[in-house]
Amino acid sequence: MSHTATATAATPPGSLRGARLPQWAPYAVAAGSVAAGLGISAAAGLHSSVQWALIAAVLYVVATYGLSARVEGRRQAEDRVATSFVWVAFLLAVVPLASLVWATVKRGVKVLDGYFLTHSMGVVGDAEPGGGIYHAVLGSLEQVGLATVIGAPIGVLTAIYLVEYGRGRLARAVTFFVDVMTGIPSIVAGLFVLSLMLMLDMQPFGFAGSLALAILMMPVVVRSTEEMLKLVPDELREASLALGVPKWRTVLKVVLPTSVGGITTGVMLAVARITGETAPVMLLVFGNPFINANPFEGAQASLPLYIYQQYAQSAGSPYAYDRAWAASLTLIAFVMILNLVARGIARWKAPKTGR
Amino acid sequence: MDTDTSTQTDDNAAPPPPPQPQPQPSTTTPKRLARGATRPGDRIFLALTRGSGILLLLVMAAIALFLSYRASLAISDDHGNFLTTFEWDTRGTEPRFGIAVLAVGTVVSAVIAMALAVPVAVAIALFLTHYAPRRLRGPIAYVIDLLAAVPSIVYGLWGALILVPHMNGLFGWLDDYLGWTGIFSWDEGAPRAMLTVGILLAIMILPIITNVSREVFRQVPRMHEEAALALGATRWEVVRLAVLPFGRSGVISASMLGLGRALGETMAVATVLSPDFDLHASLLDPGGGTFAQNIAAKFSEADVFGRDALIASGLVLFVITLLVNGAARLIIARRKEYSGAAA
Repeated sequence: MSHTATATAATPPGSLRGARLPQWAPYAVAAGSVAAGLGISAAAGLHSSVQWALIAAVLYVVATYGLSARVEGRRQAEDRVATSFVWVAFLLAVVPLASLVWATVKRGVKVLDGYFLTHSMGVVGDAEPGGGIYHAVLGSLEQVGLATVIGAPIGVLTAIYLVEYGRGRLARAVTFFVDVMTGIPSIVAGLFVLSLMLMLDMQPFGFAGSLALAILMMPVVVRSTEEMLKLVPDELREASLALGVPKWRTVLKVVLPTSVGGITTGVMLAVARITGETAPVMLLVFGNPFINANPFEGAQASLPLYIYQQYAQSAGSPYAYDRAWAASLTLIAFVMILNLVARGIARWKAPKTGR
Repeated sequence: MDTDTSTQTDDNAAPPPPPQPQPQPSTTTPKRLARGATRPGDRIFLALTRGSGILLLLVMAAIALFLSYRASLAISDDHGNFLTTFEWDTRGTEPRFGIAVLAVGTVVSAVIAMALAVPVAVAIALFLTHYAPRRLRGPIAYVIDLLAAVPSIVYGLWGALILVPHMNGLFGWLDDYLGWTGIFSWDEGAPRAMLTVGILLAIMILPIITNVSREVFRQVPRMHEEAALALGATRWEVVRLAVLPFGRSGVISASMLGLGRALGETMAVATVLSPDFDLHASLLDPGGGTFAQNIAAKFSEADVFGRDALIASGLVLFVITLLVNGAARLIIARRKEYSGAAA
């Protein structure tokens, strides 16, 4: 009651709006608190360079709340504090993410050139300059390709089962375990294939990695395909069924073509995800500085694994770090291009729902 | 509340049985037609799709089965206690290994990551749906979408080479002001400690949690928001009264997704942490370990028995993630019942 009284007291008589702080007030408060923060940290000689920002942020929130509560009332003050918290959270999150992209690009372009992409590490020591990622790119493409050949069809078929046929206990079990499977850590999938290999007494080879990657891929494909199939309007199915078309032809000729864009997008995003998986590849494919084009025999390299090995096995050699950054840039570029193309396809082939 | 809904579902379930016995002969034909499994093509297609569903279940079962089998081989030869031993020695004639340190490290790093990431991610999602200038929303959301796709090894490399050197200032500050708690005491070692791991994990899971939360916040019925606005609510009150209650289950599921990723993250932890097999009270002292990091670190030197021991620790991680995910699904399923009217 009391604060409405003060709010109306500050309002000119006859106006329907409460008193507002002027437009420039937040900026003035911000400038003031930054100055105060800098002043305090200069005077006290504080430990960390981030501290003045912290002090300034606290001052800003307190000053805004106090000022706004006095002029506009408590509810407006809370609103302003929430707004500034949301903005600060956003800016806070941008810093590391921008730093990640910036560091990768800046350090990656140093050695990334045609030579780097077309040579292997075969005769190059970990701490020496030179060498490249050809063997790793080749290994990654083969492993991910095989994983996609296995994982994508199973995933899409499962999604069709869940959307078009799925009723009863089996469908519920599949839905539940697909959800659970999405959360399997990649290293556990690697350990599963590893336990098979231990039993069969096999040495590391590329296809073993593909199996683990396929396990990681399937639930992602099922989820995204399911969403896409659910978007297909029932009228289309009913129209086809009403013409006497069998259900399987309805699915193949009507439902799938309508949603093919979304399904492709989902598969490509899943591919992008498994391309960056390191842990299962490390356990199952092991890494190899030489070119091995046969995924069914002998250890292979892979791009993410290459990054890890350049970082971990080089005892801090700057050449190895440069190669690691360049390989990271290549990997990110590959994943980003897949993402962009996938989204392009999604937009281009979006189901026309008639809205 | 619980009893209410259960009786309600019982009520709903009760009516069907009585009428069922009478029309049974007449309903069989339309039912079979509706299922569409009468023609050979239909039967083959159904078998194919159902088969892949069953295959998925079999894979899950096989994972549990094979991991348990290999783990049992290792644990039966463990001369320490698998749950409480502070050691990981699989080479000797009397191998002693235990997961106590790993379990604590996994939980601690995940808790730090969640505590940092969830509030910030929800705030960013709100920023993107309700606060940001309209023209910026699309591009920013797009960029965050792409960041969710950055491979974890790249985060690991960035964390080890760029984040770690930048942590010295924060660690010094925490030690100065909060060192007396014991949790934040620091003896000037390299900042490759649990707190750094937690922060890196938080950065990694931020885009995922943000994306899912944003999707949910976007689906808040406009009517709810406009109703709140019409009553004179401020923007924050709209968020608190209309957006957050509607999005709660979505935020929970998003957080669980992030938690799952934080628990199982391997490479980012392996590159940043300098591990040892001891428990440290301080989050700023190097040491400790997580399940996944330990597997990555110990794998290359492990013989067959050592690998079995690592598989045993992986099985524990598998069970933990199963429990987390299962719990998340149950929470969401229950919330769905309550908020079903709103949807």
